[in-house]
Amino acid sequence: MIRVELPSHLRTLARIAGEVQLEVEGLATQRSVLDALEARYPMLQGTIREYGSGRRRPFVRFFANSEDLSHESPDAPLPDNVASGKEPLLIVGAIAGG
Amino acid sequence: MSGVRVLVGTRKGAFVLTSDGKREKWDVSGPHFAGWEMYHVKGSPADPNRLFASQSTGWYGQLVQRSNDGGKTWEPVANKFAYDGVPGTHQWYDGTPHPWEFKRVWHLEPSLTDPDTVYAGVEDAALFRSTDAGATWQELSGLRGHGSGPHWQPGAGGMCLHTILLDPSDPARIFIAISAAGAFRSNDAGVTWQPINRGLRSKQIPDQDAEVGHCVHRIAMHRSRPNVLFMQKHWDVMRSDDGGDQWHEVSGNLPTDFGFVIDVHAHEPETIFVVPITSDSEHFPPEGKLRVYRSRTGGNEWEPLTKGLPQSNCYVNVLRDAMAVDSLDDCGVYFGTTGGQVYASADAGDNWAPIVRDLPAVLSVEVQTLQ
Repeated sequence: MIRVELPSHLRTLARIAGEVQLEVEGLATQRSVLDALEARYPMLQGTIREYGSGRRRPFVRFFANSEDLSHESPDAPLPDNVASGKEPLLIVGAIAGG
Repeated sequence: MSGVRVLVGTRKGAFVLTSDGKREKWDVSGPHFAGWEMYHVKGSPADPNRLFASQSTGWYGQLVQRSNDGGKTWEPVANKFAYDGVPGTHQWYDGTPHPWEFKRVWHLEPSLTDPDTVYAGVEDAALFRSTDAGATWQELSGLRGHGSGPHWQPGAGGMCLHTILLDPSDPARIFIAISAAGAFRSNDAGVTWQPINRGLRSKQIPDQDAEVGHCVHRIAMHRSRPNVLFMQKHWDVMRSDDGGDQWHEVSGNLPTDFGFVIDVHAHEPETIFVVPITSDSEHFPPEGKLRVYRSRTGGNEWEPLTKGLPQSNCYVNVLRDAMAVDSLDDCGVYFGTTGGQVYASADAGDNWAPIVRDLPAVLSVEVQTLQ
């Protein structure tokens, strides 16, 4: 089970209160977690990753364990304690504009 | 009992303001989509309970929301806007080529007759259409591809397609406007387009009479006379009597002919409203006095309407999609400001009062007249 914390804009959009808990088949990576997230909440498609390219949107960041994972490969394994659900993957809106 | 529903888009959410036909007491609902930029909310003339809303942020992109119950509940229905083919380039502010990139939906225009058909004007400028109530969108690429696209350039607010007018007498005829490209017309339901900017003069472009490049801020039409168009250009208030083939200036005695909004009285096709703004660098009313100007002669002769509007120390702006009229017997006029006020007049502008005073900056105002 993977825990994901979304920014407030996206919680409002998907009508989510609190964290999301996801079951991910196979290796837990940014891509597999986001695939599972978007499968459960289709309205989030295109809001975190761009359509077509699948790239992270420029003002979205991925944090975990006080580290910035935004520039890791989307297919790199997530840290063990994120994959095990001990720590959440934080999807964060970049600080911009106050 | 008749009534009105005012749909307000702001920088941080949408609001729905409702009143009975007297338009004295108002119920305020919102913020809907709190924290999101709501560029536009508009109802279908074919089904007043069906509303469409453009929801966006720079962080998470664009969504279209739909309501089937007059704005009580909403559902996100789409967020995929893909240009047809390779989009190419337009001019950047400095005249260099710049790639076409989708940013947001500025304006949603529901069909006059089909509640499932709706048009979207987007930045970077293009026109999209949905025929499944907003679920999927296809670009009407004949506009962007008609030939002058590489010469279009952004205005200060971006290169936006902000106005879509559907001709009530001819379903195949559509007018649109782009900042800063100009006005365009299609006579074949959006397949092919022609620029309609003859008579416009703009000092901001090398050839002041160029076919494209004009910063048109808004176009308005009275449904009974679709050949008569009124335009608030960057500078100049203009009029066309032949569906845009030729324009002439009707700024007349306005204190300044810069501004964003322009609209037409619901029952008097020669009565039009503008809100003069000082200049392109001073986006506030002249002398700190918020005045709507009304012409009952289709332009040239204008009278200031001030009763109930602040007449000192007022430095708000009124953005291009932030004025609308209702169609009750005594025509109501509404506009919103960047200071968060929405003003209403139930007597065609003679008297004004704020419905709300402290919303986030208002981006758009639309009105539905309910029977």
